[in-house]
Amino acid sequence: MKYITLFICMLLLWLLLTFNLHSANIIIGIVASLVVMMLFGNKFFKDWQKFYNPLRYLWGIVYLIFFIWECLKANFDVAYRVLSPKMPIKPGILKVKCTLKSDIAKTFLANSITMTPGTITVDVIDNHLFVHWIYVSSQDPNVYTKKIAGRFEKLLKKVFE
Amino acid sequence: MINILLYVLIFLSFVCFIRILFGPSMADRMVAIDIFGTLVVGICVLLVYKTGRLFLIDIAIAWILLSFIGTITLAKYLTRKKLDE
Amino acid sequence: MNSFSIALLIIGVTFDLFGCIGLIRLPDIYNRLQSATKCVTLGTCSILLSLFIHYGFTPVGIKALIAIPLLFFAATVGAHALSRGSYIYGIKMTDKTIRDDYKKEFKK
Repeated sequence: MKYITLFICMLLLWLLLTFNLHSANIIIGIVASLVVMMLFGNKFFKDWQKFYNPLRYLWGIVYLIFFIWECLKANFDVAYRVLSPKMPIKPGILKVKCTLKSDIAKTFLANSITMTPGTITVDVIDNHLFVHWIYVSSQDPNVYTKKIAGRFEKLLKKVFE
Repeated sequence: MINILLYVLIFLSFVCFIRILFGPSMADRMVAIDIFGTLVVGICVLLVYKTGRLFLIDIAIAWILLSFIGTITLAKYLTRKKLDE
Repeated sequence: MNSFSIALLIIGVTFDLFGCIGLIRLPDIYNRLQSATKCVTLGTCSILLSLFIHYGFTPVGIKALIAIPLLFFAATVGAHALSRGSYIYGIKMTDKTIRDDYKKEFKK
C-alpha cells in the first residue's frame, strides 16, 4: 500500500509536469513511476494513511495562506534592514524547543522558520532547533519560543500529526 | 520594458561575481553561487517573455534542481566529511 | 501582456535588487544568507508567478507553477546546509553578535 501511494503521487506529478493526455505520454509516465516505486518505495513515509484524509488538505490550505502572509512580511522586514543606512542588526543563535514529533513536521517547521522574518534554521538536534536571528529582541526563552515557532506549531500539528 | 528588467538582472549577476571574486572566505563564495543560480532562473523566465520560446522554462526547472544539488554537495564538503556519508 | 503580470515582474526584480544589495552590505555569512534566501527567492517566485498569470493553464503556465515549490525547498534546504556547514568549518560570526547557543554543542 505504501508503494501504491508513492506511485499515485509520482504519476500525478508527471501528468502535471507534462500536461497533455496523449496515450504515449501516459504510458511513459506509468513506466517511469513504476521504476521510481521499485527503487525508492521503502524510503517513503511510514504513515501513508495520512494521505487519504481530506481534512488535512483543508488545514494545509489554511497553513499555506498564513505562510504566504508571513513570507511577505519577511521580505519587507529584510529589505528595511538592508536599505536603512545604520543597518539595525543584532544577530545571535538561539536554542528553540519544539513540541512536534514526526520528522516531516519538523522539516516543514524548519523550512517555515527559514522563510519568516529575520530567522534561519542552522541545525536540528533531537527536539531543539538552533535558529539564527538577525535582530534578537528578547533573551527570555518563553518569549522567543512563542515568537519564532509558536505561530506555526499549532497549524502544523493539525496538518501532519 | 522587458529589456530594462533583463539588464537589471544581468547587472545583479555581475554583483554576485564581485562577491565570488573578492569573498573573504570560501563559504561567502558559495552563498554567491547559490544566489547566482536563483538569478539565472529569473533570467530564463524573462527570456521566455522576450523571445517567445517556451522550452526555456524547462531549462529553468532543470537549473533549479542542478543548483540545489551543487549547493548541497559544496556544503557537505565544508563539513570536511566524506561525500558518501 | 496584462498589467498585473507586469507589476509582478517589477516587484520581483526589485526584491532581487534588495537581496543583492544585502549580499554586498551585510557583515558576515549568516546575515548574508538571510537576505539571500528571503529576498532573492521571493523575488524569483514572483517572476515565475507572473509567467503563470500571463500564460494561464497551458503547459508553460503549469510548469512555472510547479517550479515555485521546487525553488522554495531548494533555497531553504540549501541555506540550512550552507549555514551549518560554514559553522562546522569554523567561520566566525560578526562582532555585533550578542548570543551563541550553538557553540556549546561542539565543546566535546
